[in-house]
Amino acid sequence: MSLLEMRHIKKSFDGLSVLKDISLTVEEGEVLGIIGPSGSGKSTLLRCATGLETQDEGEILYNGTFGLVFQNFNLFPHYTVLKNITDAPLRVQKRKKSEVMEEARVLLKKMGLEDKEKAYPYQLSGGQQQRVSIARALAMKPDILFFDEPTSALDPELTGEILKVIRQLAEEKMTMVIVTHEMNFAKNVADHVIFMDGGLIAVEGTSEEVFSSHHERLNEFLGKF
Amino acid sequence: MNLSVMLQQLSSGMLVSIEIFVLTLVFSLPLGLVICFGRMSKITVLRWLSSAYISIMRGTPLMLQLMVVYFGPYFIFGVRITKSYSIIAVLIGFAINYAAYFAEIYRGGIESMPVGQYEAAKLLGYSKAQTFIHIILPQVVKRILPSITNEVITLVKDTSLAFVLAVSEMFTIAKQIASSQTTMMPFVVAALFYYIFNLLVAVVMNTIERKLNYYR
Ligand SMILES: Nc1ncnc2c1ncn2[C@@H]1O[C@H](COP(=O)(O)OP(=O)(O)OP(=O)(O)O)[C@@H](O)[C@H]1O
Ligand SMILES: [Mg+2]
Repeated sequence: MSLLEMRHIKKSFDGLSVLKDISLTVEEGEVLGIIGPSGSGKSTLLRCATGLETQDEGEILYNGTFGLVFQNFNLFPHYTVLKNITDAPLRVQKRKKSEVMEEARVLLKKMGLEDKEKAYPYQLSGGQQQRVSIARALAMKPDILFFDEPTSALDPELTGEILKVIRQLAEEKMTMVIVTHEMNFAKNVADHVIFMDGGLIAVEGTSEEVFSSHHERLNEFLGKF
Repeated sequence: MNLSVMLQQLSSGMLVSIEIFVLTLVFSLPLGLVICFGRMSKITVLRWLSSAYISIMRGTPLMLQLMVVYFGPYFIFGVRITKSYSIIAVLIGFAINYAAYFAEIYRGGIESMPVGQYEAAKLLGYSKAQTFIHIILPQVVKRILPSITNEVITLVKDTSLAFVLAVSEMFTIAKQIASSQTTMMPFVVAALFYYIFNLLVAVVMNTIERKLNYYR
């Protein structure tokens, strides 16, 4: 079953055409990797998919709920780790407190943060903050989780811990769309990969297909890594 | 006049000064938020009106505004002004003046919030009102507290402007006693009063700032 379908999405910012005609589907349980040079429209695509921007043309069909993990976390600094994770399920989804708390602690454990529930975001490393933000998104039980370069605000040593968490989610068959500059990660974890260039999908396919493609721009791009 | 009579008269003025101070804050802090919303509204007319209001309130002397509020009803509507109206005029004048300053402080605080906070809240399904009340406002309060403290300290001293409408607050009474008894003493007491009042204000605001320092 496809959870998300984007059809002929176009988007420009005052005359600058950023998405030129993007169509894609996301199947349940798959990991879709999106790669491409800076300015090719990857973030804009995610922002349209998650409703942070409205596309000028085209339609988006959802078959479920979604969450987004930001590059710079965007945790709520005045909330503890636990409250960051539980506030929306309680306040927005109005779920039972005991159940939400229990699930939050399970998530914290999974993220290796069981001793941090009372900490405030400023007391955590970037990697820990990003894990909190993943837990916060997961606590809403989304059907799809979007990531926009979840590791690029982190020091290289901290990148691995985030990728490990995402890899684990992939093993659990969480549906994910991940914009990333980590080519090995995209190659190994993504089921499908999209290479974006100049607001268009230049190459798409399974990760083997894309990474063995002879597309000139893609090879030029991959050559930089 | 012996010292204790003088102190007694001054202390009644002190109470009036404190009353002006407290009521001004009670009215102007929320009113400022309303004006701030107007200033940031999508509706052009509202935005324009609020800007004009803020600009006039900040661009003209508070003393003059007090006069306008006091004498305005007579000159504009021909209403007879009674003596008891003077304290009300002072409160209105102070509230609408300080609200303009607070509105700009609020706006600065709200506009300084990173857009990512709104986006994260939106993705988590918070409504606009929930986002403002639970996510944005608490952080804004922390950010603007130093500016609010400045205004509050100024307000302590500004309460003495009520003397132009002969409201019997600290400064008015000090001035009366000083001229009738030809002594500097009441001014010394008044100065001490304002100074200690502001020390207290500083202590209170500092405590609040420290309380909000549990996060960064
Ligand atoms: N809100 C905006 N207003 C104007 N231009 C924008 C806006 N958002 C993005 N752009 C422009 O759209 C283009 C694509 O930006 P986008 O952020 O989607 O690229 P990206 O592929 O995510 O790049 P990166 O790898 O650097 O994150 C860029 O030229 C950018 O300057
Ligand atoms: Mg981007």
